[in-house]
Amino acid sequence: MRYHYFPGCSLKGLGRAYDESLRPVMERLGVELAEIDDWNCCGATAYMSTDHCNACALGARNIAIAESSGPGDIVAPCNACYLALNKTRNCLAGDSATRAAVQKALAVAKLTYTGTAAVRHPLEVLVYDVGINVIKRNVVRPLKDLKIAPYYGCQLVRPHCSFDDQWNPTAMDRILTALGARVVDFPLKTRCCGGSLTGTAPEAGLRLTHIILGEAQRRGADLIATICPLCQFNLDSYHDQIARRWGPARIPAVYITQLMGMAFGLPTEQLGLKRNFLPADKLLAAT
Amino acid sequence: MSNDESIRTGFYVCHCGHNISDVVDCTAVARYASTLAGVMVSRDYKYMCSSPGQELIRQDILEHKLNRVVVASCSPLLHEHTFRNAVAAGGLNPFLFQMVNIREHDAWVHADRAAATAKAQALVSAAIRRVALHKPLQATRAPIHPDVLVVGGGIAGIHAALTLANAGKKVYLVERQPSIGGHMAQFDKTFPTLDCAACILTPKMSAVRSHKNIVLWTYSEVAKVDGYVGNYTVTVRRKARYVDENLCVGCQECIDACVFKVPKFPDPFNLGMSMQKPIYIPFPQAVPQAAVIDPDRCIQLKTGKCKKTCVEACADRKAINLNQKEQLLEIKVGSIITATGFKLFDAKRLPEYGYGRYPDVMTTIELERLVSSSGPTGGELRLRSGKPPTAVGFILCVGSRDMRTNRWCSRTCCMHSMKLAQIVRERTGAQVTVFYIDIRAPGKGYEEFYDRSLQQGVQFVRGRVAEVSDCALSPDEAGKLVIRVEDTLAGFVRRVPLDLVVLAVGMEPQADAQEMRRILNMSCSAEGWFLEKHPKMAPVSTFTDGVFIAGCCQGPKDIPDSIAQAGAAAAEALALIDAGGIDQEPNTAYIRGEECSGCKSCISLCPYAAISFDAEKQKAVINPALCKGCGTCVASCPSGSIGQNLFEDQEVFEEINGVLDYV
Amino acid sequence: MSDMNWQPRIVAFFCSWCTYTAADLAGVSRFRYAPNVRIIRLMCSGRIDPQFVLCALADGADGVLIGGCHPGDCHYAEGNFKTFRRYRMILRLLADMGVAGDRVRLEWISASEGERVKTVINEMVERIRALGPLDIPGRFAACDSEILESADAIRLPQCKETHDVVPEVVHG
Repeated sequence: MRYHYFPGCSLKGLGRAYDESLRPVMERLGVELAEIDDWNCCGATAYMSTDHCNACALGARNIAIAESSGPGDIVAPCNACYLALNKTRNCLAGDSATRAAVQKALAVAKLTYTGTAAVRHPLEVLVYDVGINVIKRNVVRPLKDLKIAPYYGCQLVRPHCSFDDQWNPTAMDRILTALGARVVDFPLKTRCCGGSLTGTAPEAGLRLTHIILGEAQRRGADLIATICPLCQFNLDSYHDQIARRWGPARIPAVYITQLMGMAFGLPTEQLGLKRNFLPADKLLAAT
Repeated sequence: MSNDESIRTGFYVCHCGHNISDVVDCTAVARYASTLAGVMVSRDYKYMCSSPGQELIRQDILEHKLNRVVVASCSPLLHEHTFRNAVAAGGLNPFLFQMVNIREHDAWVHADRAAATAKAQALVSAAIRRVALHKPLQATRAPIHPDVLVVGGGIAGIHAALTLANAGKKVYLVERQPSIGGHMAQFDKTFPTLDCAACILTPKMSAVRSHKNIVLWTYSEVAKVDGYVGNYTVTVRRKARYVDENLCVGCQECIDACVFKVPKFPDPFNLGMSMQKPIYIPFPQAVPQAAVIDPDRCIQLKTGKCKKTCVEACADRKAINLNQKEQLLEIKVGSIITATGFKLFDAKRLPEYGYGRYPDVMTTIELERLVSSSGPTGGELRLRSGKPPTAVGFILCVGSRDMRTNRWCSRTCCMHSMKLAQIVRERTGAQVTVFYIDIRAPGKGYEEFYDRSLQQGVQFVRGRVAEVSDCALSPDEAGKLVIRVEDTLAGFVRRVPLDLVVLAVGMEPQADAQEMRRILNMSCSAEGWFLEKHPKMAPVSTFTDGVFIAGCCQGPKDIPDSIAQAGAAAAEALALIDAGGIDQEPNTAYIRGEECSGCKSCISLCPYAAISFDAEKQKAVINPALCKGCGTCVASCPSGSIGQNLFEDQEVFEEINGVLDYV
Repeated sequence: MSDMNWQPRIVAFFCSWCTYTAADLAGVSRFRYAPNVRIIRLMCSGRIDPQFVLCALADGADGVLIGGCHPGDCHYAEGNFKTFRRYRMILRLLADMGVAGDRVRLEWISASEGERVKTVINEMVERIRALGPLDIPGRFAACDSEILESADAIRLPQCKETHDVVPEVVHG
């Protein structure tokens, strides 16, 4: 199984641990991720709302490079990239004017967008291409004493989630169960993490982060499993500020790929776990 | 074009008020028609279908000695009949007439006046050319079998069957479930009068059972329908009940004696909130009052190794027959009333409301059973924890008025929820909040019912509920279900803690509506509801003559509307029967014997076996009584020796020529 | 007919039970569509003689649209299956005659699919517009005069009956 890999800016920065853990886990499962040559910004949600056409051109360039370098779908682990690139694809499929403008721009760089490569999230690849059984077979250290709240964030499922339920996604729940963990029933699966508001309007943003953390704590979770660098960052970075305003809700948030790596018996230091602000002590202790 | 000098055509173009004349220049069309060969009179008129409009045709026929008439107005499916009658009133054969559809196919679908007028003129030219070739024809009259089949034994089917039976007609009432009664039998009370549903339904159910003119077949399905209006042959599949309905007296001794000491299988009538045994009577008021055995659960029927205590208990009555087999019965009827009802929306399709995840999220029909005195709790409303509720919320439009699920309004949920809200307040004193998009209370006494709900202290919050969860953000939310909703009147987002959430699930077409539609040769709307012939003028007729629809299979409606429609369908069937016969469109095919080469290629094409081969003359012969007029054989005859009345080759060729007339 | 003002001319044969009723529904629903299609009602699409299609094209139609009930839904049980077979044959005939198969389209449209009538008609009109005029009557005339001219040239008796169709150049 070979895919084009679009890490996006977060996975080279704040979300480096996601990239670090995703690669060895996918390798273990026989998935080859070929990083797209000279990739650029995905188009980003903010840019999309100010200049739709230019944002689409940015995203389309990545897709076009991937398409020209061989067959296969694109894997975009960051939820925001996943959304922006899929928005680009949908827009170029339906809006001939934008498509023409984008093609013209790409032609300058001797590129053509064909729309043949689908943009997919690692969760989809893991559940539908690799398969839960294969994941289960690779587990050498089941996470059996851990209670984990699966947290998907908003951008994976809205507005267009092609592989899971919009209101109650279950892909991560199934993977966590396969790893031997106890999945906490978590109704806030797709509630907003605070997004960029944690930085721009902390009064509003941090309250949302607190709701997620508080509810996970109330439900007795040891850990929150995430699949989006921004969610992980928000849930991991503001514990002190949140504790000052609403009381402590210190619960570590890690990437599902880190959990998979631990369960697969990969060396802890390969999985970027030391990058957490709030260390996932229980996870480290369990293994 | 026919060279017949004697063709004298009258042409009429209808304004249809402004419906046509706003887009099509009717005067120009009339002027154009007057230039066409054979046209003696060409007029435009405000309403051709009105009495003066029809009179115009009659007068002109007499005055101008017309022998052909063309009317350009609405769809022939609507008014062809009207104008044929007008032509006949003028003393002409009604089939020397042709209709042009310039409303549905022109004025209503185009905006460009010039283009629409040109199109109308071309269509008119086609009809005027075609009508010249028309021959006088005689409609054949088919007899009507007086028996009627009613499919579905809910309140609509019951009412239709009783109406017909009371009028002295023999009725076959076929119901899929082991008892008639349908959804209404599950209700505790009915709005807006709050009278007990069982008290008004049960007498009608018993009347069905005892009526000498009704043959009641429960646990049965319509498997096949052949034939045509007045003369349908219906095959009914009677599933094995393993109990003889005529011998069983409903004493329930077999149920007590069943080797399953405690009931352990979910009871569908109470939506799984109570249990039943493999041998059961569906509900206390069931008709027929006879046990039925579930073959998937009965040990004897599954393994053949049971003590058969039920048979012992039945003793001399010998009502239990474990060797009963499914039967296929064939009946002859003249008309069919379809009253197959609806199914409820599956609330699990909207996971944000937590149905199936939170035990105290239930549907309106589940609550209905819980407050019913014949229900699983004897009418006592309890949470799953056993405690009485203190705060109850109703979410309206679950699976209705929603682009993601069903777009239509299910029409009954507002009233149904308000009824339950009143009952809950009355019985438990709980706080009741109704979350709605719009309150729709348009029936007689319905608005007053809404007022009464308000007076009884039912709270109404206008807003579509975002989610139901058990995430508590404050101590008073702990242990409760919390509804998040934007209160669109107050203009802010509310969080409302409740301990019981009731989802007012909407109505959907039956899962097998498409199959039923095929069996009866009906049409469905895009949503899957059976399509009426005309939404206003023929609300219980279908495009298949002799097949009528009543109740929720046609679209969501409440009990009064279902009964009204059932009465209407019964009246339509009675009108058909008492007319004694029905005129059939004389569009049959016929063989021009001298041209037929006897190749037999038409014979296998006829789906009605109307074509036979005359071995002596070596020619094909069409039996006009069997021919339905599809024309498939006509199109396939290699020697062109089959003609079709009303659709002759030459007539179609003239029409093709005509529609290509560009002025 | 100048190319500037040319508008596609399409003849439609709709069965009375499904597609004609759907076209009525499109009207009742006030769906706007292109005015280039003229509908002829037949009881069943099975009544459509291939000659009807050829006659329409020969008389100046640029395209022909056939509408029937969905497979399995035919009011006369199986007439639409016969239509489908004939349609395949018509396409072969058209190919032999050098007429683009796109010009004749078969669609299953049920009585409830008013919106589909609109979509299909609009698509059909656009398709024919892209193909350009077929103008078989014009081609007949051109062919006839060519024959007359060559007949004159070689001084043979006039031959009026030849009706060979000049293969169409398919645009785009």
